[in-house]
Amino acid sequence: MNITRRHLMLLLPAAAVAWESVLAGTPEASPNYTMTGHWWGMLIDIPKCIGCGNCVRACQAENDVPDGFFRTWVERYHVDDWNLANPQVISPDGGKEGFPSVAEDPDGKYFFVPKLCNQCADSPCTQVCPVGATFISPDGVVLVDQKYCMGCAYCVQACPYGCRYIHPQKRVADKCTLCYHRITKGLTTACCEVCPTGARQLADLKNPNDPIHAFLKTHSVQVLKPQMATGAKVFYNQLDGSVR
Amino acid sequence: MPGVEGYMYPNEVSLYWSVLIVLYPYITGLVAGAFILASLERVFRVEAVKPTYRLALLTALAFLIVAPLPLQLHLGHPERSLEMYMTPHRTSAMAMFGFVYLWYLMAVLTVEIWLDYRADIVALSQTTRGWRRLFYKVLTLGSSNVSERALHIDERVGWFVTLIGIPSAFLLHGYVGFIFGSIKANPWWSSPLMPVVFIFSAMVSGIAAVMLIYMATSRLRSQPIDMKCVDTIAQYMLYTFIIDFSLEMLDLIHRIYEADESFRSLDFMVHTKLWFSQVILQICLGTLVPIVLLGLVQAAKLTAASRKRIYAVSGSLALIGIFAMRWNVVIGGQLFSKSFLGYTTYKMALATREGLLVSVGLTILPLFILAALVKLLPPWTKEQPDAEALAVTGD
Repeated sequence: MNITRRHLMLLLPAAAVAWESVLAGTPEASPNYTMTGHWWGMLIDIPKCIGCGNCVRACQAENDVPDGFFRTWVERYHVDDWNLANPQVISPDGGKEGFPSVAEDPDGKYFFVPKLCNQCADSPCTQVCPVGATFISPDGVVLVDQKYCMGCAYCVQACPYGCRYIHPQKRVADKCTLCYHRITKGLTTACCEVCPTGARQLADLKNPNDPIHAFLKTHSVQVLKPQMATGAKVFYNQLDGSVR
Repeated sequence: MPGVEGYMYPNEVSLYWSVLIVLYPYITGLVAGAFILASLERVFRVEAVKPTYRLALLTALAFLIVAPLPLQLHLGHPERSLEMYMTPHRTSAMAMFGFVYLWYLMAVLTVEIWLDYRADIVALSQTTRGWRRLFYKVLTLGSSNVSERALHIDERVGWFVTLIGIPSAFLLHGYVGFIFGSIKANPWWSSPLMPVVFIFSAMVSGIAAVMLIYMATSRLRSQPIDMKCVDTIAQYMLYTFIIDFSLEMLDLIHRIYEADESFRSLDFMVHTKLWFSQVILQICLGTLVPIVLLGLVQAAKLTAASRKRIYAVSGSLALIGIFAMRWNVVIGGQLFSKSFLGYTTYKMALATREGLLVSVGLTILPLFILAALVKLLPPWTKEQPDAEALAVTGD
């Protein structure tokens, strides 16, 4: 077949578009995993969290998280019964090394709140990304294509939960991937794996046999900042009203 | 943690948008404001501001050329910024920047300037020599027809382009306000008034900048200042300022009265970290003082020399005030935690990519570009100002 100048002009733009995919390469294969068969989230059982910081350390080791930044962290709340609206919150180094001890007979209540990306179904961070480098995968995980992100930090501003940061070396947006490289291979996340009390549990909302369904039916569960209407999929059991 | 009071989410401690992102809406605002001033003469036939018409267009162009630079310098990967054009994300307000910017630069501003200068360019291509001759020859785009009919067409098309340019200028800056106003995660930004406040503050800053540049260039050229012109400009600046201030106060009163969950946090900030930049610089010095001064000119019969001094002071204060407003939006919006439980501090570096020196350089750069543009495309009209104006020299 002779390629005329007209044909060439028609082919060139298509080839230019295709070239991006060629450069991007083939994604890591994960046999036996069907994206559309899952809808991932997480369950955090607040009364079970002991603030040991295992999850933070495991996350940092698994995902090479830079010092001073966090894909997950643990906060300790201290709420006085006479001042519910003003909790005292600490998270020294993200709770990585645990927390200072509390007096024997403390005033008010103390509890721990692990935080991570809420894998929002209507995520504001995805909405604002100017190039679409951050996206929601068909299985409900908010991910960042770090080869595409230009590091404008608009997504960092748009996240109501403070879960994103700009990686100081890579100069792109970084966040919890729900250990996507693990969960697509049938494993759980690094933080859930090491949690000694089972306070964190990976949940597949599309799997009818997942224990999350029974839990959601029988417990009082809440998401963070429900007024933001982000479709957050990290569910907190017995979440105190003072938690922000 | 140093610089942190109360509790910040750990990823919030350092700011992600620096002074460069303060400059971005500031410079874009000057563009929009300068253009709207130019359109007063072209579309609304406010003949008094004619001496600044071309200068306003060139000012808008000089600042528009620099407008994307702070963004580029701020990006982690500036080499990927073209992806905004190649694969724009349609739900992102920021993705539209590239298109609005290009539209404004290519379809509005350069076309309008070219049409307005076409006869001059043709004349210059015939009277100059050497590289300048070549330069103007290229700028004629091959058309040296300056017949009456051709110039009439230029005039009509130019009018039409300006007509399109007004909503485009509103779009350019309103969209910048939308970038902030649409972030529901941040109560300091999230407000439907934000684009409107940005547009009116842009008009104030653009009008002030062109007025000051006109007065300064008149002095440099030892030419008299057309007082009728600056009086009219100052009048428009006053009106726009009043609208801008009313909108900002409406926003403030609304926040105070509503006092939602973020209010205590924001109120604390205004009384501490933003006290100087917001209350002193933005509201008192940058808004109230110029409004009172400009109002005084309207109320009392002042001499031309006093009026000029008042305009110079008011214009300069307005520029500082609007810069402070951008600062308070961009930096202020990142100083408190989205948990509303703590505050952080912004430390501006001196000589880094996002530091003070680069910011100062970027603020001055448009003035150099403007000087070059003025040299290449002299904006001065040959018409003589009226007798009263001639009596006052540009000191």
